[in-house]
Amino acid sequence: MLELRNIGLTMNDENGHPKEILKKIDLKLEPGKLYGITGPNGGGKTSLAKVIMGIYPQTTGEIFLNGQNISALTVDERAKLGISYAFQQPPRFKGLTVEDILTIAAGKKEPRAIRKKLREVGLCPEDYLDRNLGTELSGGEIKRIEMAQILLRNSQVTILDEPEAGVDLWTVQKLSNLFMWGYRNQPDKITLLISHHEKMLPICDEMIVINQGEVQKRGSTQDVWNLMKDELFSKNREQCQGEVGV
Amino acid sequence: MNLTKIDWNIMDKVADLHNVPTGAVNIRLNGQAAIRRSTPNVCVTNSPETGGLVVEFRAGVQGEIAHVPVVLSEPGLKDAVHNTFIVGEGADATLIAGCGIHSGCHQESRHDGLHEIIVKKGGRLRYIEKHYGEGEEDSPRVLNPTAKIIIEENAHAELEMVQIEGVNSTKRVTEAQIAAKGSIKITERLLTTGKQEAFSEISIFMQGSDSNAQILSRGVAQDQSRQIFQAALVGQDECNGHLECDAIIMDQAYIQSIPEIRAEDARAVLTHEAAIGKIAGEQLLKLMSLGISESEAIEMIIQGFLR
Repeated sequence: MLELRNIGLTMNDENGHPKEILKKIDLKLEPGKLYGITGPNGGGKTSLAKVIMGIYPQTTGEIFLNGQNISALTVDERAKLGISYAFQQPPRFKGLTVEDILTIAAGKKEPRAIRKKLREVGLCPEDYLDRNLGTELSGGEIKRIEMAQILLRNSQVTILDEPEAGVDLWTVQKLSNLFMWGYRNQPDKITLLISHHEKMLPICDEMIVINQGEVQKRGSTQDVWNLMKDELFSKNREQCQGEVGV
Repeated sequence: MNLTKIDWNIMDKVADLHNVPTGAVNIRLNGQAAIRRSTPNVCVTNSPETGGLVVEFRAGVQGEIAHVPVVLSEPGLKDAVHNTFIVGEGADATLIAGCGIHSGCHQESRHDGLHEIIVKKGGRLRYIEKHYGEGEEDSPRVLNPTAKIIIEENAHAELEMVQIEGVNSTKRVTEAQIAAKGSIKITERLLTTGKQEAFSEISIFMQGSDSNAQILSRGVAQDQSRQIFQAALVGQDECNGHLECDAIIMDQAYIQSIPEIRAEDARAVLTHEAAIGKIAGEQLLKLMSLGISESEAIEMIIQGFLR
């Protein structure tokens, strides 16, 4: 069980003024479930993911994993404990190769596991293992290599931050299938899939909508999906009517 | 002259040598030739004018390798050489140089090396030079290499110059003249720590039509170390040149990068890019999110950057 209690995050904006990014978030996330995290841009989804990974230290509240308070643990300590985060925009590294980073992700796993996971994300190991993570690869390729790392780590808690961003439609479908088989109905795994994509969200067991730093809705994927569509369409209608009125 | 365990350790660091290599070799130990061997294709001798080493790859030979490492393990030794390396017409050669100093006292140990390198028409040279120092932290170890390179028509040279660690002070000067259709690629990688100082000056003159030059410099300065990198690409005919200098600055270090491109002919195409910055926080967090510590992540980023 991953439990977030009263999580708040305040950060300075570009003018140095404090801004509340996350407000009193309480969440209990159970093993065996694939959670879809969605909501408008700037609503706090990625910030929440980074707080769980330890990249942003929360301003208030506590985080528990299997009953252990992990609030004060560093990023690497959380990673060792079984949390993984796939970056929305993975950084590039001059001089490091695809094999270098996958070797770290693989830990003590056999080298052939690296090749297997690369193939699973649609990349040929022979063509990619020696490639440089600097400017040699496209954004979509970097993103797929990020996914291969996450698959290799096979952690108890996995956070996938917009895995579809920057990848082609065929790969989105491929990733969606991978996540469905790899993370759905896995009794010991908790997976958070941050997404807006119609191919991604339907594979989730449950949806959580984060908006303006708060949990706005939580429920079954179908219920939340219907609610969102209704709300979105009614807002669009209101906006259109308003514009016509002007 | 016998090489000690310390000497062999230095040989390993600067030339990946654990035994006397087969082929042409000249191992200079504490100011004298300890081991020297010529082969039918590579002549290793002394110059009557300079007294220095002359290594000549005969015209047309292919895939020949010569090792010419320098080891200084005698405390306080000041060694100076003036060597000449010649790659004959159409030859394909690899020259593994490199210098290492072991110093366990407060006296300065120093090696000043002038290397004249001539790659004759159609020749190809791969030149690898690693510099390394070890011993007491505060014992001064100084390495000042100078390379004067002539690339004749249609010839090519690739120079890989690395300062791994332990050199307190270095002044590196590299100068090259490139003839028509000739090319050169220089890769320099420097790591400085503590209070070490490194100054590197590279000047390439593209004198012939269709000549080409590329300089790639990577530096990492840690602690209170200082690095100054000054490079000039000069186009004097129809030519192409690119200069790239990247550096990572850490702690209280100082880095100055002075790239210069100069066209003396309207057909010269010259570009440069330069960047100095600290290790990006996102890079560290990314590697740490894979379960390695911050210090391991820093080490990995630096090793990759300098690879």
